[in-house]
Amino acid sequence: MDPDAELLDRLRAGDERAFVVLVGRYHEPMLRLAASFVPSTAVAEEVVQDTWLAVLRGLERFQGRSSLKTWLFRILVNRARTTGTREQRSVPIADPEPAVDPERFGPAGAWSDPPEHWIEAAEARMEAGKLADRIRAWINELPARQREVVLLRDVEGMTSDEVCSVLELTGVNQRVLLHRGRSRLRQLLEDEFGEVR
Amino acid sequence: MRLSRHRVLGRRDLVCQQAVELVTGYLEGTLSRAARRRFEAHLAGCPHCTEYLAQMRETIKLAGRIEPEDLTPQMQDEFVGLFRRWQSEQQ
Repeated sequence: MDPDAELLDRLRAGDERAFVVLVGRYHEPMLRLAASFVPSTAVAEEVVQDTWLAVLRGLERFQGRSSLKTWLFRILVNRARTTGTREQRSVPIADPEPAVDPERFGPAGAWSDPPEHWIEAAEARMEAGKLADRIRAWINELPARQREVVLLRDVEGMTSDEVCSVLELTGVNQRVLLHRGRSRLRQLLEDEFGEVR
Repeated sequence: MRLSRHRVLGRRDLVCQQAVELVTGYLEGTLSRAARRRFEAHLAGCPHCTEYLAQMRETIKLAGRIEPEDLTPQMQDEFVGLFRRWQSEQQ
């Protein structure tokens, strides 16, 4: 069941509050995603505005074969791509960027500098409302393609199929980008909160 | 993923440096049955990699708790305006 189904019904019935709720839910995530394709925040804002209008105009035609969210993001990415100046987006699959600094393993490949503990400290900081902004900033600093995948998969909670469809990635490439992005975030959390016990 | 560099242990045993590269495939459910078994066998004997896997799960969970910032009242008004313009287009 599409979590936005009820909003969609209200929108089609002409309920403007439903539109405001939908925009509140996705405007900022869409801005973040758009920013990764276009040269400036101002252009990203234009792309997102255009997308909202395209969404309204396309409501009649939307058949619900994908979730509303996937549909929104697909319109956004198409527009951002057309507007954006970024060069051809090939994914360097062979690039051997490791999940963990190789220095942390001994010659036989076992941990010599094992992961420090940070889960409880990070949870406490999150509970205190002081971590979300930090993580948001870290995600923004990821390389563009990793950022796009992490935003859609882990922040927006889309499935891998949905992300592949929105970003036009193969399953393998999506997974490689997700792996690198998540591994980098884990390392940043360890750097921030890690302590040897 | 490079799985052929370390042959110190048994041919089928994973070392930690390889295990950390399998975490996403494991969580995505895309490892082969054999690879998944090797990964789980490694975890069973390796508290550091078990901790590492828990940290990757936690990383995902924390990212999922980021909420979009609220729209300002001014932006809400702008979007109501956009909606009304669209409606009048429809007439």
